[in-house]
Amino acid sequence: MTSIAKLSRRQFLQVAGVAGGGLVLALNFGCQHPEEVAGANFSPNVYVNIRNDGIVEIYCHRSEMGQGVRTSLVQVIADELEADWSKIELLQAPGDPKYGDQNTDGSTSIRQHFDLLRTAGASAREMLIAAAAAMWSVPARELIGSSHAVHHAASGRSAEYGKLVAAAADIALPDDVKFKNPSDYRYIGKPVDLIDGVAMTTGTAMFGIDTVVAGMLYASIARCPVVGGTVKSLDDSAARAVSGVEAVVRMPDGTSPPLHHPLGGVAVVAGNTWSADRGRAALEIEWDLGLNGEYDSPTYRRQLVDTSHASGTTVLSRGDVDAAFAEATTMIEADYYAPHLVHATMEPPAAVARMTDEGGVEIWAATQDPQGVQEHVAGLLGIDKSQVEVHVTLLGGGFGRKSKADFSAEAAWLARETDKPVKVTWTREDDIRHGYYHAVSAQYLKAALNERGETTAWLHRSVFPSIDSMFSAEVSGPANWELELGMIDNPFAIPNMRLESGEAKAHVRIGWLRSVNNVYHAFAVCGFADELAHAAGVDPKEYLLRLAGPPRRVNPADDGAEYSNYGQELDEYPIDTGRYAAVVNEVAEMAGWGRELPDGEGLGIAVHRSFLTTVGTVAHVRVDEAGKLHVEELWFAVDAGRVVNPDRVVAQMEGAGIFGMSLALHGEITAQGGAIVQANYDSYPIVRISEAPKAINVQIMNTDAPPGGVGEPGVPPVAPAIFNAYFAATGKRLREMPLREAELA
Amino acid sequence: MAIECTLNGEPASLDVDPQMPLLWAIRDIVGLTGTKYGCGKALCGACTVHLDGQPVRSCVLPVSAAAGRSVLTIEGLSADGNHPVQRAWRELNVPQCGYCQSGQIMSAAALLERNPRPSDDEIATAMEGNLCRCGTYTRIRAAIHLASGGES
Repeated sequence: MTSIAKLSRRQFLQVAGVAGGGLVLALNFGCQHPEEVAGANFSPNVYVNIRNDGIVEIYCHRSEMGQGVRTSLVQVIADELEADWSKIELLQAPGDPKYGDQNTDGSTSIRQHFDLLRTAGASAREMLIAAAAAMWSVPARELIGSSHAVHHAASGRSAEYGKLVAAAADIALPDDVKFKNPSDYRYIGKPVDLIDGVAMTTGTAMFGIDTVVAGMLYASIARCPVVGGTVKSLDDSAARAVSGVEAVVRMPDGTSPPLHHPLGGVAVVAGNTWSADRGRAALEIEWDLGLNGEYDSPTYRRQLVDTSHASGTTVLSRGDVDAAFAEATTMIEADYYAPHLVHATMEPPAAVARMTDEGGVEIWAATQDPQGVQEHVAGLLGIDKSQVEVHVTLLGGGFGRKSKADFSAEAAWLARETDKPVKVTWTREDDIRHGYYHAVSAQYLKAALNERGETTAWLHRSVFPSIDSMFSAEVSGPANWELELGMIDNPFAIPNMRLESGEAKAHVRIGWLRSVNNVYHAFAVCGFADELAHAAGVDPKEYLLRLAGPPRRVNPADDGAEYSNYGQELDEYPIDTGRYAAVVNEVAEMAGWGRELPDGEGLGIAVHRSFLTTVGTVAHVRVDEAGKLHVEELWFAVDAGRVVNPDRVVAQMEGAGIFGMSLALHGEITAQGGAIVQANYDSYPIVRISEAPKAINVQIMNTDAPPGGVGEPGVPPVAPAIFNAYFAATGKRLREMPLREAELA
Repeated sequence: MAIECTLNGEPASLDVDPQMPLLWAIRDIVGLTGTKYGCGKALCGACTVHLDGQPVRSCVLPVSAAAGRSVLTIEGLSADGNHPVQRAWRELNVPQCGYCQSGQIMSAAALLERNPRPSDDEIATAMEGNLCRCGTYTRIRAAIHLASGGES
């Protein structure tokens, strides 16, 4: 590990070009296999290994769940390395802290790793150049890396990368690397085809559920319908009699708080999935439902709404809202409501575990967070993290569900209890009924308008059970970080503003779902902005521009709020109302905003910044004679800063349009007696192709700002754009998701 | 008594409970994992295979129903992965996570067999049973048109 030893932290930060990147990143860089380097390989860092046959192995340390990271990550490294696309082999990195943070969530893969990945490629290129310079006794500055080789123009000499491997292994990591000029990019910014395109169209792509290990058994687990419940009594005689069943195993009871721990219950282990499911169905279990058996969604909703109508905890205050309300010409108030949602990834949670001869365990899982799996499995089995080897498969959808280690921990438990490799596959019903649910929320808004139609005061209260309740049983309401996602970062130039939160206890597991709290915050803020426009008698798009105010940078801390800006500096990633307005204008122009539409049709607009990216959406809806809503077309304008793969950005917006439609029009999880009512895609519908808009149009804003997130920011504006369009089409204002068409009498 | 059928053009003998859904026989017994589980209730189409050329949901079809018949899975759709539907899928970079795409491609291939130039409405009807949580529907529609020789 000599190269680490040579680097001070300050030097490393220069190398990495990541201010504030810290020691975690520094640990990423160092020879991966120093003892193996001589002659056969050149491993300048943990992401790149160049073999002496010239093949560049690139390790993808992020999980692929449809966002295209296995393609875009390679684009960045290969571009700086000047590698040929055809000479690259992509390998999926196992869980290992040497890669830094691998938890693939928060739309972070590019925005937090762009410089790191560029450094990985550029430093390797410079070391290859240094090796050639030494070999030819010429100054390195006369050499260039290009087309998978180092070239010396003056002498006409060239050396392929593979031929420089042995010499490069002796070169020290450069103190400083020079990134390519963006105008010279070959892959970055280009619509490169999917690296997994062939595998995904031929059935050979391997997801967690596809893992096969010799001698493997298959498990199906009965879990208590209520979180925190336990097995009171068990009769497994009928289950054991089912053909193919090999064992019935009690799972460890769930914990309080739930963490990412298994939920307890009883597992049936069999020779195939079907036998396991049949055996599980034959279990006779009486449950002790525990403390959450009273959880009923209608009652809870009334509590949330009542809470939202009372003073809460102020998290941001500007001016004097109460005085402004007292002087107002017009006051309007509104209740917005959004239910629990569940991820319903097409691949349900699935993992395989196998004990090793050394007392460790090997896991194959569709996981967003392999290091989290290491940690939780180690904790459950009482072994060291280093004894948990995690192979990351492709994920058949993630959306935050697969950040949780619970299903991997279940497989590990069963592998140990049966002393056989075990695959755990959740049924769709398990997935819908035992999820980590997107929080149900009540949003109360109140605003004052003056005689010129200007909004002079804005009060917004947000009430929902917190994701932090997963980690502490004491948590009884929103965490500040959750309010930062779409509420505290309100960009509007309203002189008097107060933002409050209200308490709510969790009675199911609450988790991250694509875009997280931004979903209901954007729904309320963008819907209410549309209401204000109509109250003021102003076109909604024009009114958004007025609310945004003059181009400026907003800092919530100026109004007493705590604000962490998705972990990035505000200087680098500002809340910039000029960029916001540009997105408003762009998406409006794309959609032909202001044009005449037939009766029963309408356009709605919503714009929201999340994960450091601003997305504007216009929806065109049509309400048919039966009163049913159809989304005819969607437009997206996206300011994501610099983008690596524009085609994947477009794809993420297309997907966000459908995902947003699903939650706007269909998504609803409810509880009765603590148990989830919905069970499968019939009771928890998602949008089908027959409901898909005829077109989803995407424009990426041309900017050289640093890269923002892409996977999540497209979702939040979709629902409010549709609801606003519904109002434009019908004159009916709906404020509750999912959209239930009003009686159009 | 094993169930005899043709699987991807080869004779196959499935020595399983005749009530086992074809999906699990294909995945767990034969070991072809390209056909996916998504719902177990014929609601999502991830498990779509062809039975004598017709698209069926293998998650609700007992193995016994395949006796003496021909089953085609994604692995057997083309020898080299170059069925026109597969090519169109890659041309337009349809997949996101990719999980549902085996079922989508099998449904699309069956559609084009019986209707070489489907309209948008005909595509919607034929593909309505195949869910995609990533939301690739607009590209699926375009790729089917492309595979049919029409405009994408």
